[in-house]
Amino acid sequence: MKRLNLQSVKTLYLAEMARSMRTILQSIVSPVISTSLYFVVFGAAIGTRISEVDGISYGAFIVPGLIMLMLLTQSVSNASFGIFFPRFSGSIYEILSAPMSYVEVVVGYVGAAATKSLILGVIVLVTARLFVPYSIDHPLMMAVFLVLTAVTFSLLGFIIGIWADGFEKLQLVPLLVITPLTFLGGTFYSIDMLPPFWQAVTLANPVVYLVSGFRWSFYGISDVSPLVSLGMILLFLSVALAMVGWIFKSGYRLKP
Amino acid sequence: MIRVEGLSKTFSDGFQALVDVDLTIQRGEIFALLGPNGAGKTTLISVICGLVNASRGRVLVDGHDNVRDYRAARSLIGLVPQELTNEAFTTVWDTVSFSRGLFGKPKDPAHIEQVLRSLTLWEKRNSRLLELSGGMKRRVLIAKALSHAPQVLFLDEPTAGVDVELRREMWEVVRGLRDQGVTIILTTHYIEEAEEMADRIGVIRRGEIVLVENTHALMHKLGSKELTLQVDEPLEALPESLAGHGLALADEGHALVYSYDAARQEGGSTISGLLADLEAVGVRVKDLHTRQSSLEDIFVSLVQERRSP
Repeated sequence: MKRLNLQSVKTLYLAEMARSMRTILQSIVSPVISTSLYFVVFGAAIGTRISEVDGISYGAFIVPGLIMLMLLTQSVSNASFGIFFPRFSGSIYEILSAPMSYVEVVVGYVGAAATKSLILGVIVLVTARLFVPYSIDHPLMMAVFLVLTAVTFSLLGFIIGIWADGFEKLQLVPLLVITPLTFLGGTFYSIDMLPPFWQAVTLANPVVYLVSGFRWSFYGISDVSPLVSLGMILLFLSVALAMVGWIFKSGYRLKP
Repeated sequence: MIRVEGLSKTFSDGFQALVDVDLTIQRGEIFALLGPNGAGKTTLISVICGLVNASRGRVLVDGHDNVRDYRAARSLIGLVPQELTNEAFTTVWDTVSFSRGLFGKPKDPAHIEQVLRSLTLWEKRNSRLLELSGGMKRRVLIAKALSHAPQVLFLDEPTAGVDVELRREMWEVVRGLRDQGVTIILTTHYIEEAEEMADRIGVIRRGEIVLVENTHALMHKLGSKELTLQVDEPLEALPESLAGHGLALADEGHALVYSYDAARQEGGSTISGLLADLEAVGVRVKDLHTRQSSLEDIFVSLVQERRSP
């Protein structure tokens, strides 16, 4: 009875994917448009004045950061909504009364959320190609960073979706935490450009490590060592897993 | 089929919803859990089905502990919740198939078809949930619960807030399921429903099971009956020869009310004796009807009995 109940996981995963697919047009159109806007504003308008960063054209420099921006916001919002909605509507009863383990429930929900944000990440990558040429030096590491980040932030979204007791709170964390951290995390600049004091402060921002490592996999340049980036992502992942584990063990807001 | 032993539940706000509940549900029966709103009916069901953690005590489903051996226990159970907004955009077929998959069962279109047909949902299988009427939605919830062929079905207030016609329809559905061998536990605060449907009734009040009894035995034990006789000519007083029957005049002399119960009927006064005596004194009976005390009366007397020291 200990084995993984694959049928249940598959059902939950596919149902979540189907839910995303119902709104696939919005899901694709919005990142494509916002990516294009970033390129127009940052790439074309500002980029002409900042010709190069670390020997990379500014347009190409911001590509990894933009993908990360999309990946983080999408992972958090997909996963938080995915679990919040059934809690809100009451249909969570079905998940809780099914013969599924906690691991299976998390794999189903978080797997689907991460998959969707990965798809969007790839779409942004392809869209960016329309604006700037770029190269990927370490495609395998890029994929590793992409997957680990999507999974970690989908777990974070899952936690937020369970913690939130209203739609306001659901929006709060992405709006007040994720977006500012991403913008201040070296998405549009190298932290070398900052004064030394702010460089030190920035190192406390977890997104810096994600963007830096991800950018390294493209161009071989980074603010911090790629190994440190990888270590930090794995650390965030462990923290998120521990929190999810605690949520299910204690029944927090799921099982009174 | 289900054994609940010493089950207590205290919520984090200190509210004690269940107090040391012991309950055994037999295989193949319809068991009604009857109690006023807030008595703990839904909490009890929720603990058994794994939606709420128990504070103390345990639940065995066909011998499987519902915490340690939750996979085996839960796979035997189907739960129909009170009401909820489902994913409005999915179709009946998809949502019922989803439920089956969630319980780890492989696809079985023939079984889903049979479930949908038995609930007269087959014609609606491709409709989206938001297009369905309230009664249809309830039946979809039942279909979801039946999709994985459970041995026990929990129905939480299956007919709360539905019209009379739909209620009858629900009762038919439930009886049909019992005939297929499904054990059914339903909660209700409608006494007629428990009386109409259940083989056994458990009365729950403030988290305590105050009584579990066979429905007929309960009615027999506590049910008193009343015979009302409409007479042709109004009577100003009871004729003396009728005094032994314990009659009461009602409706300004137009009616006689005769109260009796199963025990008393076997004693001195009988209905046939009463009718003969009425004939003898020349009182002509125009019409008559009997009324059996409903579970509501029984319930009220039970609660009062417990309240008085």
